[in-house]
This record gives sequence, structure tokens and C-alpha cells, in this order.
Amino acid sequence: MTHPHLAPADLLLALEFGLSQAEWERVLTSLGRIPNVTELGIISVMWSEHCSYKSSRVHLAKLPTKGAHVIHGPGENAGVIDIGAGPDDVPLACIFKMESHNHPSFIEPYQGAATGVGGILRDVFTMGARPIALMNALRFGDPSHPKTRRLLKGVISGIAGYGNCVGVPTVGGETNFHAGYDGNILVNVLCVGVARQDRIFLSAARGAGDPVVYVGAKTGRDGIHGATMASAEFSDDAQASRPTVQVGDPFLEKLLIEACLELMATDAILAIQDMGAAGLTSSSVEMAAKGGSGIVLDMDAIPAREAGMSPYEFMLSESQERMLLVLKPGRESQAQAIFSKWGLDAVVIGRTNDSGRLQLDWRGARVCDLPLALLADEAPKYERPFIRPPIQPKISPQSCAPADAAIAPILSRLMACPDMASKRWIWEQYDRHVGTNTIADSGSNAAIIRIGGSVRALAMVCDVTPRYVAADPFEGAKQAVAETYRNLCAVGARPLAITDNLNFGNPQRPEIMGQIVAAIEGIAAACTALDYPVVSGNVSLYNETNGAAIPPTPAIGAVGLIDDFARRAGLIGLQAGWRILLIGAAQGWLGASLYLREIEGREEGPPPPVDLEMERSTGAFVRGLIEAGQVRICHDLSDGGLACAIAELALASDIGIALFPRSAPSIGWFFGEDQARYLIAIAPEQEGEISEAALAAGLHIEAIAIAGGCEIAFSAEDAIDLAQLRRAHEDWLPNYMAG
Amino acid sequence: MHAAVIVFPGSNCDSDAAAALERVSGRKPIMCWHKDRDLPAGLDCIWLPGGFSHGDYLRAGAIAARAPIMRAVAEFAQRGGLVLGVCNGFQILTEAGLLPGALLGNAQGRFVCRDVALAVENANTAFTRAFRERRETAMPVAHAGGRYEATQAELDALEQEGRVVLRYLDNPNGSARDIAGIVNAAGNVMGLMPHPERAADPAFGGQGGWPLLQSLLETA
Repeated sequence: MTHPHLAPADLLLALEFGLSQAEWERVLTSLGRIPNVTELGIISVMWSEHCSYKSSRVHLAKLPTKGAHVIHGPGENAGVIDIGAGPDDVPLACIFKMESHNHPSFIEPYQGAATGVGGILRDVFTMGARPIALMNALRFGDPSHPKTRRLLKGVISGIAGYGNCVGVPTVGGETNFHAGYDGNILVNVLCVGVARQDRIFLSAARGAGDPVVYVGAKTGRDGIHGATMASAEFSDDAQASRPTVQVGDPFLEKLLIEACLELMATDAILAIQDMGAAGLTSSSVEMAAKGGSGIVLDMDAIPAREAGMSPYEFMLSESQERMLLVLKPGRESQAQAIFSKWGLDAVVIGRTNDSGRLQLDWRGARVCDLPLALLADEAPKYERPFIRPPIQPKISPQSCAPADAAIAPILSRLMACPDMASKRWIWEQYDRHVGTNTIADSGSNAAIIRIGGSVRALAMVCDVTPRYVAADPFEGAKQAVAETYRNLCAVGARPLAITDNLNFGNPQRPEIMGQIVAAIEGIAAACTALDYPVVSGNVSLYNETNGAAIPPTPAIGAVGLIDDFARRAGLIGLQAGWRILLIGAAQGWLGASLYLREIEGREEGPPPPVDLEMERSTGAFVRGLIEAGQVRICHDLSDGGLACAIAELALASDIGIALFPRSAPSIGWFFGEDQARYLIAIAPEQEGEISEAALAAGLHIEAIAIAGGCEIAFSAEDAIDLAQLRRAHEDWLPNYMAG
Repeated sequence: MHAAVIVFPGSNCDSDAAAALERVSGRKPIMCWHKDRDLPAGLDCIWLPGGFSHGDYLRAGAIAARAPIMRAVAEFAQRGGLVLGVCNGFQILTEAGLLPGALLGNAQGRFVCRDVALAVENANTAFTRAFRERRETAMPVAHAGGRYEATQAELDALEQEGRVVLRYLDNPNGSARDIAGIVNAAGNVMGLMPHPERAADPAFGGQGGWPLLQSLLETA
């Protein structure tokens, strides 16, 4: 009797597997026959949104991906950039990528988030890099939503449980709350690694007759069709998808990292690919398709966790902590010796060939024979219809609270609101120091990680302000890129490149597609103007439940370089008597601001426009001051504007700040979110020289405050005690979690 | 100083420990694999590093405590050699019976990573002599299971014999009597949850762990 997974497939099954009727017909035409169930399973995952980027590919082509320092842009497991020579003059590369694990994390927060960390680590070490840091960008529903607390707790412990065990420090990130994420949380994880440039590994398997070696965990029945689940929206029965969520084993991952890096130090590997979404299917197809070869796999040789698994299950399982290697012929025993030292399986499961096909053998018969082109290059690509998002009317300053309102109580409320409140409860669960290269972590404008054995360091950050993107996807996405640029400049780093993690709703809805198109164009505009290429990325669509989409959330992960970390800036070390200067002009922009949302309950208005030329020149000026050793205290302005930046600086340095009196202060002056602005703090005698230099560079600069005392004072009557502000800022999250 | 760092599968502070030992002594320590049965000759000091040996499966440190190398480590300790266990290394030492008590899950039920202020309760040990007159220091902790527990009698004995070497000034995990680090009766085996190797680099960060490393060098 034919095994049910080898029986002929039909339209009904294709629809169940997430294909459209047109796609099913395309399969039949292209193949010239009816595929069996296993073959259809393979086609459907390769054609899923998650694997094929079928809705976004056309638009992703607009992103600038080239630059003098780009070694490998999008298309590989992660982006690779040149970071110059390390110790012993060995040229080094930084390899990094950000990826989402949204759907699984909503269904099973601990394992969903944990395996998200595991997956992005593998993308980075697959290319030959030792992972040196993790960051994350998290969005949860409204704190009052019944699921939020449990999801937050599960996601954080999942990230901590995995990252802490593998021994890669989690050094920062961002966490937002909004009712728009009630039904779809976002878990985006960034991994940064460092490799020798002469030991970068790619996935293309070019030869024929080379052994294909499976290493790592055995294959079980978990995560089957996970990529398909991640390519559909949720309804009320989201929990029914729990069996498609994989279970992570960070200990195994740690062994896999060490074993792979040890084997990579030899010259045995021709190609290597992790088994991520769509497991063995996508890894084998990508390796052979990119190499222009073919591949035949023996299903009976695959290490199985349970008996009786079918080829369909082997090929679609998303069991974690597995890698596929193509070795030079004759090197099998060398690889096996290394993997066995680390207690891991390494099994030859097939060979490359020149067939141009994916061929699977099981119990003496060929059970799948598909052209690679059908699975890879010929996967569908859509130009979905879209509607440009409407422009929001501007906010008139007169519609906001009167100028004589006391500032201190507003500041106190903002610093204690869920988005601004201290995330200590979260980041104290992350090992931020393992590796002993962490110079700055959570609480810094950007994390700073020493490049081992040198005076150089990588700076890294994740950012996006979803309320800006929701109000104007083009400007909001532009702003997200600009904010990462600003964060990097604020610590003294030269911004090098970004990775983008695009989270949106259902692209088959023209208004959602409009958000996607505009956001990609905004990222492209910012990256082009700032010489700041996109080197890797991930698209997560269908973040919808019962037809309600998430706010558009294109999270940006960015990396910059510091040539001498002794010359860096941060928020700690502000001294009494130092003067605080604002660099950049204030227009008092309140549209889509945190103030407007939190204090006035209005989610209205267009986001602050970003002048990219100004962003670039202001960033260069500030970075120059830090690189010259003239400035050690610097903070960029973002959420909550000037007042919140002042508060963060005062809290970090544990010293009061008194603002100089102004003739006509306004809500917009204190809480407006105009872009391209920084605060620096300097000794009084430095002020003349730095102000002159700023003016000469065409920048607005103004001394606005002086450090000292133990309160933040806007005037004699309008002040807040630092200890009181700290309590408000620190207590919200622990109190919420205890609730 | 001739030092060795023991590497278990899942150790993740092994290279950090090695770097700190090299910084203080000018000599690279030898990395010993858990399956080895013998230690290199002429060792002064053995460091059991932090991490998640064997994934912390079963109980943190329980499987590593039964590794082939641990028999040699016990014999080395018996002969008076210096053995330091940090974090997971401390857990391994208690599981191996080289130190009394046990390390249980943090009272708050969560992993904790923060700098902690510590009282140096006994600066007259092989591991703390370089603290001299200093009575306080600070180092980071990073653990999910750092709550020290022992019987009342064991705790009293530790106190009376001056074997509570480091005590938390702001207990991060619920440890009995705020204990952060102890030594054995002979004073040549120490376990502590804080990470001295993470606070011992003049290039950046705190230096609160440096005197501990310095002490090893002076004793060795």
C-alpha cells in the first residue's frame, strides 16, 4: 500500500498547505504531472511568504545594498561587512542579522522566543562568525490586556534561557506596549558576530559528488509546517497551532557553535547552511539551487528522534539545532571526530550531483524528484495592489496644553509610562557580560562590544517608533533608520550598515501593502542619503488576528565601529557644574509624539520629518567631538523630546540638572520630538570652542542647562526630586509584573 | 603561576577566566577537557568556570561533578592545590562534595545579572589576601541558581571558622546569611557566585575582582 505521504496530492490539500488555486495550477503546469503529498509539502513551504518573500521581493529590490565595506549583502544567511584589521592584523568581518519569531512567540512565548534566539544565532555562526552579542526588539499588547503579562514573562525568560545558556551576551533592545499588538506580539532578535574575512562560509554547494552531512539534533515531528503557520494570520484558534512551535535546546546549540567553529578552522567545508524555517527542505534546496548543482538525500539515513517518520515529516520538520554541511570528499571522518568530541551526530545523508533537482530516496524508492528552479527562482513573486497611506493633518500647537502648564509632573508621568519606564526587570534577566567584552549595554544609546584583543569596538542598536510608522509609513521608516544612525553617533561610532526586520499585517490588503511599500521606500531613502546600506533582513507578514493588523513595525538593527573605545560617550559621569548643550534645532514638533499619546490621549498628527542631510552633518559633528576626546557625555533626543532626554541623563549619572530660564518655553520645546538632535555635557571652559565649531558647521547649538543638585528643575517652582523620579521610572514594570 | 581552566560541555566563561588569569600572571593557563583523567603536572591553581555545564540538566553542576577530570581535581585539592569555582564552578564544587551546602534556584525565580556590592568577610585566605585592608568590593553576578543553602550546623561552622569569605550587601538571590562565597576547611578550595573575571580589566568596567586574581598569584 502506498504511504499516505506518497499518494497524489490534490487542490484541497494545496489550499490546506497555504497555496492559492492559481499556485496549485502553476505547480501542475510547471511539473507536467501531479505531485505527491511529500512533494507538495516541499513546494508549499518553499513558496510560503516566509521562505519566498513573494509579496515583498519586488519592493525589497529598492533597498540600497552596496557599499565599499559590504562583503555580502542580502541573499546570504546574514549580512557581512568589513570592519578592518583585528589583533595580529587579521582582516575581520562583522556578520549580523535580525529576524522575527512573532507567530510562535504568541502561541508559546517561552519556546517561541527561545527558538527565535537559536535561529538567529545559527544564521550568524553558519557563516563562520562567533556570535558576540544579541539584542531584541519586542512589542506587546496593552498592559491591561489579559494576555500581556504572561506573554511578556514567557518571552523574556525564553530569550534569557536561551541566550544565557549559549553564552552570548544580550546587550540591549527595546520593548513597547500598544493595543495594536494585543493579538500579535512581535519578537525580533538581532545577532552580531565577528569572523575572520578569510573564513567566511557560504551556502552555495557548487560541486557534484560531494558528501552532504547532517549535524546536530535528531529530527522529530516538531514544527512541521511552521513556515506555513508563520505565513498566515491568526483567528481565535491560534492556540491550535501549538504543535507547530519548536522546542529549543540551548545547550545543544552551544555545542553546535563550538563544533562548527572548530571544523571551520580546517578547510574541510565546501558549504554550510543551518536548518531554519522549513528545515531540511529549505537548507538542501538553497545549497543546491545557489550552487547550480543538484542534491540527492537518503531519507533512511536521517537521524530520527522517533520511529516511523516519513519523508514528508523529515523534510518539513523544524526541529532545532541542526545544520547541513557539504564537505570536501574524504573529509567525513575529520568532521565526525570533531562533532563526536562535542557529543554530536554527524551523518552523511546524501551527495551533491549535477541534476538540477531535489531527489529523495526512501526505502529503496525515489519519493521526490523536483526541479530546484521550481522551488527557488521560479517561486511566485507578486506585485500586489496597494494604496498609499493617507497623510495626517498637522497638530496645531494651540490644541495642546497651555504653555504655563507645570513641566515636572508631565515629565514624571512620561518617565513612568509603559514605553518609557525602566526595563531593568527585563534586562537584569539577561547575562549582559559573558565574553567580558561588554563596554556598554542596556541603558546606553547603543551597546558597545570590544572586538576581542583590540582597542576597537562595535556599537549596535535596534530601533523603530511604531507610532510614527503608523502615522506615516514613509517618514516613520525613514526615522527608524535615522534614529539608529543617531544612536550610533551618540556613542562615537561610525555607522556602517543596517539589517531590517519588517513586521506588517496581511499584504493581500491594499492598505497594508501600501504601508509595506512606503516603509521600504522610507528605509531606502534614509539608507541612500546616509551611505548606510541594508545588508540583511527579514520580512514577517500576516501579523493579524481576526482581521486586525499590527501597527506597521519595520524594526532596524544597526552596527557601527569605534576605532578606540577609550574615546566613546555615554550617559554616565556627568559632573556638577558641567553645562548641557542642545545641538540641533527645536521646532516643537508634537505630531505623533509620546506626549500627545500619553498625556493628552491623542494618537494624532504626522510624525516629525527627518532632514537626512541635517541628520548626517549633525551626526558627523557630534561623532567628531567624541572621537577627538572632547565629549564623553552625549545623549540623542527621541521619545519624549528634550525633557525626557534630560531626565535619562540625570538618572544615569545620578545628579540633578537645572534648565536655564527661557523667555517663551512651550510644551513643544520640552516634549517635541524634532529629529537630528543631541545633548552633550561639557566642562564650562569647553563651551566657547565647541559652540563656535558647531556654528561653523552650520548647526544650531545652545546651552540649555547646568548639572548639579538632586532635582530636575525647570524653574524654581517647577522641579522634581531625582529620587522620586527614579522611583516612578523604576517601579512601573516590577509592579506591573507582580500584579 | 601555572593555572588550568577546566572546560565542560556548556562552560561559557572558560575563555574569560583564561584571559583574566593570563592578565594577572602573564602566563596562559592550560585548558583541560572534562573527559581528561589527568591534570598537567606542576599546577598551582585550577579554575572551574561559569556557564551551563551539560545544560544544567538534572541539577546545575550535578553531571559535571561526576566528569572524569573531577577525580583528579579532588586529588589536587586533597594535596592542598588551589581550586576556585565561579558560578557554575561553585555549583560543581558543592555537587562534588568539595564544598558544603548547595546552590538552589534564586528566591525571585528569575535569572539575575547585576553588579553586587560585597563585604570581604575574611581577607586572610589564599583567595582574598590581596584585598588587604579593603572590606568591600563589587562584582557582577549572573545566575539562575545562586541561592546558597546549608544546614544550620554547617552554616554556623562556616561562620565560626571564618569560612564565609564574601557576603552580599544587597542579597540578589535569597542566599542564606547573604553568603556569596565560601572556602573549605583547609582554605584551599573556594566557591563564589560573583564573577571576578568580569571585574578585572583595566580597559573598562569595574575592578572589584582583581584583588581575588592577585591573591591567587600571591599564594601560588
